[in-house]
Amino acid sequence: MSTPPLLSVENLSVRFGGITAVSNISFDVRRREVFTLIGPNGAGKTTVLNIISRIYQQTAGNINFDGYCITGMKPDAVAGLGIARTFQNIELFEHATVLQNLLIGRHTRRQGNFWQHLFFTPSVREAERAAREKVEEVIEFLDLQHYRDLVIAGLPYGIRKVVELARALCIEPRLLLLDEPSSGLNPEETNDLAFWIDDIREELGIAILMVEHDMSLVSRVSDRVLAMNYGEFVALGSPDDVKVHPGVIEAYLGKGNDISLLRRHLP
Amino acid sequence: MHFLQQVINGIAQGCIYGLIAIGFVLIYKATETVSFVQGELMMLGAFLGLVLITVLGIPYWLAVPATLLAMMAFGFLVERVAISPILGEPAFSIVMLTLGIGYVARGAVMMIPELGTELQVLPVPYRDQSVAIGGLIIGMERLVVPAVTAALCLMLYLMFRFTRIGVAMQAASQSQSAAYYMGIPVRRLNGLVWGMAAGVAAIAGLLLAPIVMIDSNMGFIGLKAFPAAVVGGMASLPGAVVGGVTIGVIESLAGYLLPEGFKDVAAYVVVLIMLMVRPNGLFGGEVRKKV
Amino acid sequence: MRFIFKTSYDQDIRLARHSGYVFWYGLLLAALSVAPFVLPVYWSSLITMTMIYGIVGLGLMLLSGFTGLFSIGHAAFMGVGAYMQGVLTAQGWPFPFALAASMVSSAAVGAVVGLPALRVRGLYLAIATLAFAFIVQEVIVRWESVTGGNRGMAVGMINLFGWKTGSPIVFYYICFALTVLTTLGVLNLLRSPTGRAFVAIRDSEVSAQSMGVTLAYYKTLSFAVSASLAGLGGALSAHMLRFITPDQFGIVQSIDLLLIVMIGGLGSIHGAFFGALFLILTPQVIALSKDYLPPAIGQTVGLQSVLYGLVLIAFVLFEPTGIYGRWVKIRTWFELAPLYRKNLLKRQRRFQKTERLT
Repeated sequence: MSTPPLLSVENLSVRFGGITAVSNISFDVRRREVFTLIGPNGAGKTTVLNIISRIYQQTAGNINFDGYCITGMKPDAVAGLGIARTFQNIELFEHATVLQNLLIGRHTRRQGNFWQHLFFTPSVREAERAAREKVEEVIEFLDLQHYRDLVIAGLPYGIRKVVELARALCIEPRLLLLDEPSSGLNPEETNDLAFWIDDIREELGIAILMVEHDMSLVSRVSDRVLAMNYGEFVALGSPDDVKVHPGVIEAYLGKGNDISLLRRHLP
Repeated sequence: MHFLQQVINGIAQGCIYGLIAIGFVLIYKATETVSFVQGELMMLGAFLGLVLITVLGIPYWLAVPATLLAMMAFGFLVERVAISPILGEPAFSIVMLTLGIGYVARGAVMMIPELGTELQVLPVPYRDQSVAIGGLIIGMERLVVPAVTAALCLMLYLMFRFTRIGVAMQAASQSQSAAYYMGIPVRRLNGLVWGMAAGVAAIAGLLLAPIVMIDSNMGFIGLKAFPAAVVGGMASLPGAVVGGVTIGVIESLAGYLLPEGFKDVAAYVVVLIMLMVRPNGLFGGEVRKKV
Repeated sequence: MRFIFKTSYDQDIRLARHSGYVFWYGLLLAALSVAPFVLPVYWSSLITMTMIYGIVGLGLMLLSGFTGLFSIGHAAFMGVGAYMQGVLTAQGWPFPFALAASMVSSAAVGAVVGLPALRVRGLYLAIATLAFAFIVQEVIVRWESVTGGNRGMAVGMINLFGWKTGSPIVFYYICFALTVLTTLGVLNLLRSPTGRAFVAIRDSEVSAQSMGVTLAYYKTLSFAVSASLAGLGGALSAHMLRFITPDQFGIVQSIDLLLIVMIGGLGSIHGAFFGALFLILTPQVIALSKDYLPPAIGQTVGLQSVLYGLVLIAFVLFEPTGIYGRWVKIRTWFELAPLYRKNLLKRQRRFQKTERLT
């Protein structure tokens, strides 16, 4: 009766030279689920994200997305399948306006070929109008109206993060990969982010796979959490279960510390 | 026999490319900027030597160090006045800036009455001498080139290995900001690097002048330093010289073995193949962008 | 000053953002339409030349200013177009067909030159284009049976289906029409998904790819379009000059083309034409001022080169956005007159992301 998962990662391993960055990681992301990867710095979380979005090549393992095996694909092909992402150190198109950035998000849904674009045929014009309309929906969804015509280079960090999220949403993805969405945000902005993540799942029906360090945000929005350390699997389960898992505590605090110590360190 | 002769000619020519490439690589490593003006610096060096010797009548052995010092000062000045204010701007801006300096250098030399617009010969003491080795007769001017190049490389090696300033330059080329925080005066170092690059280019010009004629467009020979640097891996000084010699020999042999016309493009064919097959050069490792 | 209230999505899609656009560009087009009858022949030939270089500049702008790929050998594409035009005209091809063939052959060469762009970028790509340009030039030199080698080649008159004309006025209008058409074409590309993909590649390749942009396709496309415009310009200049030699399309010309995009203003369509205007007018200004300069300076061949160089250096140091950027500042000053602050349009210092990866 259970539907097959949206994304399934099987026995994924990556080695860079002699270093094993990810070793034998398997997990599923279900439809409409918020799935979070946690772990200390250097645990290989971002690498997993980069492999799913095909920027890095895996050494071994298999990734299936909605019935397609994506392990041989290029980044632009998986974007076409409906996997969108944001980056840890914002990768926006700096010298373009917010609007233009978001319109790039419509690239996988573009219409017409080079010649039609060259002559800007009526059908291209119609498609542009439709793309513009879709982008406006996303602008309203994330409250970016004020920034629509501003160039990225002049925007504050927090807004850029939102613009990057908006650009990913413009793809109309089925899976959204977020790489440390709250890093560099103030508590208020993080709070907004939590609401948006809920809305993205509830209203837009998009599954989210994210890498995140802020445990309160993780507990608040995640359905399931996978903890990693040194590229290896540590624990998988609900946020509350993973938080108290001995392996996770060891990963963050080292051996010999117990949960009381963790409590003392965390507010 | 002819074959060997061609190889030796190629080595001499290749050393010139290598020397220009050294300057280019020095600048690239230190500041991550690309200088398209190395060829013009070589041309300026040759012209300055010519003016000192033929117009002012200074003896060759004095004119050479004078040229060298003057060109080093010029390189330092260029960096301080033009390059350093826009360090950190997109690489293309700096490329255009060096192209602009190249325009000015060419034009300025052309504006020198009489000297600038005609082909000139640099009188050197070793002119018209030659050495016979096992049936080969080799012009002295072609033997001097590799000898000076080798000596120069040794000096550069010793400098980078053993002097404080050399080590500081190495540190700065690894990470400008880290070197800066460790108290290394990075900005002044960049000026010095440009000075060194200009000096090496001037030496190349003085060495090349007896082999070819001096004219205001000889700086375009400097464009062949790019193939040399690419073959050598762009960030390695020994690589630059090896790349230069490789290009020089291939070019010379192409002129000897292949139909007319191949000689002029041999360097560029080699660099294209290199970029297709091993973009990081003979000595470069694989690198990837982190996101 | 003008406030624009957006009431429909079409306002973001339309080329003319407001009625002022229509008025000023209409005026410019009207002036250019009557120019050959009003101005002396020599001056209208300068305008023709500016339009030709404007077309080439437009191509290089698309590649360098909008896709972020730098070509230090763009003159080679002009050369391919020019020689193709010369050869086909000699064989009696009608002008439009010959022109189309020139553009297609330049585009084909451009696509080939674009191949290294799939593997290398930045400086390495620049070197690859430089290398290709030298090879193309050498092929032209050595293929004497067709091109006449270093002796050069005479280019026949424009053949409009049997009607041969060498009239500068006809040629002026041909160039004028082609300039308008190519500019509109490039503007169309830039407001469509294709152009946005170019800009995305310029600003961040990684993220362009993750947005679904196929790098290989768009980079090759950008090279091909850019080369075809250079080929078009080359073909037109062949008719303009009536005699072509390989060294007209060498490294010096390539650097002049870079001068156009840099001085005009990288990343703006206006910039291509401002830059072309600068390139064409500077020698004229020098010629006019020769009488007033001391002969030691005014009579030398180096003056033009020195001037190009100094202006280029000045722009890189003080106005990296080029003539277009300066023009925008002046215009804004007039629009906001009492409210203009000196650093209103001050550019943010753009720190280059290091290309060094280890």
